[in-house]
Amino acid sequence: MDVTRRHFIQISGATAAGLAVSGLGFDLRPVKAHAQMLKTKYAKETISICPYCAVGCGVIVHTSKKGDGRVINIEGDPDHVINRGSLCSKGASLAQLTENDQRVTQPMYRAPYAKEWKKVSWDWALTEIAKRVKDTRDSSFTFKNAKGQVVNHTTAIASVGSAAMDNEECWIYQALMRALGLVYIEHQARI
Amino acid sequence: MTNHWIDIKNSDCILIMGSNAAENHPISFKYVTAAQADGATLISVDPRFTRTSSKADVYAPIRSGTDIAFLGGMIKYIIDKKLYHQEYVTNYTNAAFIVGKKFSFKDGLFSGYSAKNRKYDKSTWAFDMDKNGVPKMDRSLKNSRSVFQLLKKHYSRYNTKLVSEITGTPEKDLENIYKIYAETGKVGKAGTIMYAMGWTQHTVGTQNIRTMAMIQLLLGNMGVAGGGVNALRGESNVQGSTDHCLLWHIWPGYLRTPRSADSSLAVYNKNYTPVSKDPLSANWWQNYPKYSVSMLKSFFGERADSSNDFGYSWLPKVDDGKAYSWLDLFDAMYNGEIKGFFAWGQNPACSGANANKNRQGMANLDWMVNTNIFENETGSFWKGPGMDPTKIKTEVFFLPACVSVEKDGSITNSGRWMQWRYQGPKPLGNSLPDGQIIMDLGNKIKELYTKQPGAFKEPIANLKWDYLADGAYDPHLVAKEINGYFLRDVTVRGTDFKAGTLVPSFAFLQADGSTSSGNWLYCNSYTEKGNMAARRGQKDAPNDIGLYPEFSWCWPVNRRIIYNRASVDPKGQPWDKANWVIRWTGSKWEGDVPDGGWPPLLSADGKPDPKSKHAFIMRKHGHAQIFGPGLNDGPFPEHYEPLECPVEKNFMNAQRMNPTAPVYGGKADEWATCDPRYPYVATTYRVVEHWQTGVMTRYQPYLLEMQPQMFVEMSKELAELRGIKNGERVMVSSLRGKVEATAIVTARFKPFPVGGGTVHQVGLPWHFGWIKPENGREDSANLLTPNTGDANTRIPETKAFMVNVTKV
Repeated sequence: MDVTRRHFIQISGATAAGLAVSGLGFDLRPVKAHAQMLKTKYAKETISICPYCAVGCGVIVHTSKKGDGRVINIEGDPDHVINRGSLCSKGASLAQLTENDQRVTQPMYRAPYAKEWKKVSWDWALTEIAKRVKDTRDSSFTFKNAKGQVVNHTTAIASVGSAAMDNEECWIYQALMRALGLVYIEHQARI
Repeated sequence: MTNHWIDIKNSDCILIMGSNAAENHPISFKYVTAAQADGATLISVDPRFTRTSSKADVYAPIRSGTDIAFLGGMIKYIIDKKLYHQEYVTNYTNAAFIVGKKFSFKDGLFSGYSAKNRKYDKSTWAFDMDKNGVPKMDRSLKNSRSVFQLLKKHYSRYNTKLVSEITGTPEKDLENIYKIYAETGKVGKAGTIMYAMGWTQHTVGTQNIRTMAMIQLLLGNMGVAGGGVNALRGESNVQGSTDHCLLWHIWPGYLRTPRSADSSLAVYNKNYTPVSKDPLSANWWQNYPKYSVSMLKSFFGERADSSNDFGYSWLPKVDDGKAYSWLDLFDAMYNGEIKGFFAWGQNPACSGANANKNRQGMANLDWMVNTNIFENETGSFWKGPGMDPTKIKTEVFFLPACVSVEKDGSITNSGRWMQWRYQGPKPLGNSLPDGQIIMDLGNKIKELYTKQPGAFKEPIANLKWDYLADGAYDPHLVAKEINGYFLRDVTVRGTDFKAGTLVPSFAFLQADGSTSSGNWLYCNSYTEKGNMAARRGQKDAPNDIGLYPEFSWCWPVNRRIIYNRASVDPKGQPWDKANWVIRWTGSKWEGDVPDGGWPPLLSADGKPDPKSKHAFIMRKHGHAQIFGPGLNDGPFPEHYEPLECPVEKNFMNAQRMNPTAPVYGGKADEWATCDPRYPYVATTYRVVEHWQTGVMTRYQPYLLEMQPQMFVEMSKELAELRGIKNGERVMVSSLRGKVEATAIVTARFKPFPVGGGTVHQVGLPWHFGWIKPENGREDSANLLTPNTGDANTRIPETKAFMVNVTKV
């Protein structure tokens, strides 16, 4: 029998909980027991807050202490006073966000008129960005406006983002952007 | 949120309008259903019968963009039937204030309107002041120029027949909902509102919310448990990112971005520090200079001192009268005025209204930096639909950020709770925390400006940038900077503090450079007692209403319900004896952290206490504003139609649309109202399986399997009219773009009877984009939406616009 995940949900959902042998025709108990063991025995346990909506649900992250050091499981935190262990479908899928082979894990660069990305190093990318920032800023910097008032800004560089960053990251980000003289600073809260 | 998630359980009546909380904030329903189990009534008002509606005790449909008409009718009902909380309204709101003779309202326009500038002269909305400079009041509320009488007159036009004609909501539903909700005006009862982008994303977005805030004040629902005005914010840290002001118009802690006329720190502080002559007004913003100077000290450290205005001139000023908002930013980009662009953890190619304009704008850039977890439609715009990469010069740098469970740091939820997160696994591959990328980039730029000549180096050279520990970004160092330090040995309020120690709360911040605080609102979050956001205490407060004061930390100063001085009567005793928030023992407050420690307005024997303060401490005059003279589009909300609407005239007044909403006039900004080519009202929304533009969720197999493609939902009646079958692919188009979608024909949408005709409405999710799934046929609903915005915030009007639906 070719069991897809959806079939699995349908079958296991149709059978009463607690059955030793499920409708799939095999005993799930050892599998569940092994999963529990994996989660706790070889894992570091940390707490986090769901990165989606702003309810702020607590999650428990189990990270393997062995091998690749990656996430084994993420689930709702029963000691969190808001969600008490509950999560929505997005929160419940968090492990798939983290352990996702489509994540970009290397800086990339798209040259003018190029049709493809190419992988680059962090040092190269940040050095080149710093040069672009400086060139654009220096050539566009406005000390005084048409009325002769001091403005000390550039309107040739803009920034959007990000409500996905931590508070501390938001603070240093806005500090850097404002120190550069940006006035076009916006993010998700506006839209 | 003025209150917080758990507090919803304390409500007697929950109105969910402009939000589909069951779908988009699912865990909130733990507390909605708890309240219902305790006897509360849940009301759902929505153009579509949503998952929230399915849990509601009462549901009513409403045509998108007509909420002020709906709520204005409720104000009339409350006043006509005298269901308001008289003592609360009289003592805590400005209902008793006398409005000056210059104020008037006629034909949909308030006094002071200039058609040429699409702007009001707000000085015509001023209050009459007495000889001491305090607003004149009539606490009997009988004076014909009192706010209360003007309010009554203004909403006298909002009768249920007319409201029904505008909203499409049946009159009997209006009356039923008004009656149920107005019950919360009884002393000791609490009603709450849960709203989201369904209210904000309109040309009248701010006034939608203000109308409800006025209802909450009339019913005495502000400051109480189970009450408040509760914005359900949609991103895990959109509250924190707003508090830290990644926005053009404000500095961290809601300080104002200086205008070009604010020529020095002294002028700046004077312009934004309100002055009250009323000894009973706390006028908390009088502390403004302490917060601005402390913030500058966090920016520039020792380099900032009184001799250089604490570095005030190093930070950019905006031109007076010019907006640099989202829509203006993309307008400038489209017009080629912007050369460099950071799209950091955001996907404007799909999230921005009129997304085609944004995408075309990106082709005008010299360079873009795109920081994200996944490849997305913004960073890869140059290979998107209709783009020829060989003709696009824009250089793009993609910087891979790690995910949240791979780093330490805090986020702030919708209830203002700041919660600390811990690192589980290390960042995958060569991805990095945003904080590390920002620090490294900052250092690269600083280095370049050290080595080479450059324009106005001071702010870059002087920027305090010491948040690395052994080369690694350390969020604790930043969190402490945000809280703030004493920079000298000082004595404040009788206590000695050593230089280098953390400031215990913003009450200790100074304007003389002796303290720093990156954001005064967060002063108290990381103190000598430790990292308050990391607390996990399970104990509730003595009032046992779910405040959990030792779990995490919330701004301001761990006050869980703000405006809580209004939860008690003038003698300091709670309106609601069971679910009380604070109460006066005779010598002190107990319960939640009170809105200031001053005693109640009246002592136990009923005599006014001169040491007291009015309830609303953040308002200049200490009273909540039923009459709001500060907004751009009027002191009372008025119904106006959306930019694009299905009716030729506004049935309420002579102005079709908000006369002060920004309208852009370029080639890419077309709009059409009552245009037979685009006959159907459309709105956008979300589904639980995806998040925002879907950048994080479309890559996840489980979630994509459950919601695999773009769809448009419509009524059976409209489907029949257009010959469309459930499951067929159709094209949805507006004047600005088109998007293919699968038709979902349901009974959840019903045609609206509006002004004697029939109006059909459709709805689309905005989670999709062309990159993923890879079939190339799914794209964003924002290709359709118009780029006009709210008159105050300029949030785009993406919740009400006009489209056509045709078979493919």
